[in-house]
Amino acid sequence: MLSIKNIKINNIFFYLFLLFVFSCVSSEKTHKGPSGFIQIKGSDTIVNAAQKLAENFMKEYPYVFVAVTGGGSGVGIASLINSTCDIANASRKMKKKEIEIAKKRGITPKEFVVAYDGVAVIVNKNNPIDTFTIDQLHDIFTGKITNWKEIGGKEGKIVTLSREVSSGTHMYFKEKVIQLENKNSKEEFSPQTLLLSSSQSIVEEVVNNENAIGYLGMGYICDRVKAVKIGKDNKFYPPTVKYVAKGKYILSRPLQMYTNGEPKGVIKLFIDYVYSPQGQRVFQETGFVPIREENASEEN
Amino acid sequence: MRLKKTKEFVIEFLIHTSGALIIGFVVLIFLFLLKDSLSLFRTYSLKNFFFGKNWLPISEPSQFGIIPLVIGSLYVTLVAILICVPTGIAVAMFIAEVAPSYLRIILKSLVEILASIPSVVLGFIGIVWLGPFLKNALGLSTGMCGLTGSLLLAFMALPTIISISEDALVSVPRSYKEAAFGLGATRWQTLWRIVLPSASSGIIAAIMLGIGRVIGETMVVMMVTGNSPVIPRSIFQPLRTLTATVAGEMGETVSGSEHYFALFAVGLVLFIITFIINFLADLSLQRGKQ
Repeated sequence: MLSIKNIKINNIFFYLFLLFVFSCVSSEKTHKGPSGFIQIKGSDTIVNAAQKLAENFMKEYPYVFVAVTGGGSGVGIASLINSTCDIANASRKMKKKEIEIAKKRGITPKEFVVAYDGVAVIVNKNNPIDTFTIDQLHDIFTGKITNWKEIGGKEGKIVTLSREVSSGTHMYFKEKVIQLENKNSKEEFSPQTLLLSSSQSIVEEVVNNENAIGYLGMGYICDRVKAVKIGKDNKFYPPTVKYVAKGKYILSRPLQMYTNGEPKGVIKLFIDYVYSPQGQRVFQETGFVPIREENASEEN
Repeated sequence: MRLKKTKEFVIEFLIHTSGALIIGFVVLIFLFLLKDSLSLFRTYSLKNFFFGKNWLPISEPSQFGIIPLVIGSLYVTLVAILICVPTGIAVAMFIAEVAPSYLRIILKSLVEILASIPSVVLGFIGIVWLGPFLKNALGLSTGMCGLTGSLLLAFMALPTIISISEDALVSVPRSYKEAAFGLGATRWQTLWRIVLPSASSGIIAAIMLGIGRVIGETMVVMMVTGNSPVIPRSIFQPLRTLTATVAGEMGETVSGSEHYFALFAVGLVLFIITFIINFLADLSLQRGKQ
């Protein structure tokens, strides 16, 4: 008796299952457009723009699901090498060593420069200093200058803020400001430097601390902090889209996406979308400089 | 009868295996950490790792000196314990012996709510409120320092210490207290000289668990201590702990790289430190019983 009941129940489940399968198949047929799943990881600098891109992309192609997570450029590149993501966002170029390791694992990273970014140096709003030279920044972040008084500010011990070592911005800043673009330089961030785990916590600390100075991707600049002008020989430029696009703002860099080999299928679709006018507009809206000249000039 | 015997056998077997499994897991975790950490020392010298004063993982060549991290961890933990152990035991004594019953119920449930606050939330409070507050109150150069971390960690360990010591205090036999009162001891004398010593093994267990919570906590310290890899000279300076280092850097390392193995070695050091703490606490527990 019991067994017969069971069979009946099993039958019902079986039919339900069949129905489910058929409905899946039939709905598959009614798909208009491609379907798939894309995992994007990496740079915290790009993560907001990438999220926006993913949302817009999913509106256009409702059957492609795009997941975006941050963590830092290093995280993205490591994930690409470990095959746990499809696209790695990076605010720095891949290092030779990383490319070698990737190739050993059968992964050939392909680079796409998708936009440009300025690295802004921010200070508290009550800080009287507006302009910095690269050498001054170098001395501050390596700990040679420790008091604001030394460069014409108020008395106060300078508190330097940096991102964690997994950040591409950290790498960039280190190469450009700490090592002054000399690859063999042994200079390091002053060990007193605070290593914070996100760009947002750098903003919070600068808002709360009059003596703090930090750096971050230009997309994170907000009204609560002051982004200083940087330059040399009395020519100082603020970190704005205009000056980054013209190449006048010194601390600017390309942002890239890496894929494993030539992108195919939905991944190619996404990369193409990133380069499309709609995609580039997203970068502009999130505070970056679009790669296309015509877009950049519109801003002026 | 026979059924009963098999049942007994099965249950006994299950209990035995679960006990053995736990031991097996601990040994496996240790071996796992050991295997990957030892890979580091093929390319990096042991001396530089244990006595190196610089933690510079992405420099060329990298330096993996863990002295600043170990001292950072010890500093934060020590200060947190100094704050939370006396207050925790005092609160437990108050709840168990002094407070009227209505207050006792309220306090106990409040302590439980305290235990359920996620550490990320405490980290937020640290960044937005406690850090700036300490900076202004103590005239520090930044609020992101060891003390902020210690205070929050103490706060996190408090519920554990309070509820376990309170249980230990409550379970002291009533006859002990009655005997003390009968001999003319005051309430304070009874509490301090009779109840507290008889509950000592439970209280030590509470402290141990509290320390375990503090030294292994990651999120809060990563958010509020500033993470500067410098050897701290005081608790008012930014510092970097072992846990925050692993959490902050693990994501970026390529598995199989020197940096990756170095983080495993840091994990191993952390494991050994907690092991030693547990061992010492166990030893004192045994001595207390004799």
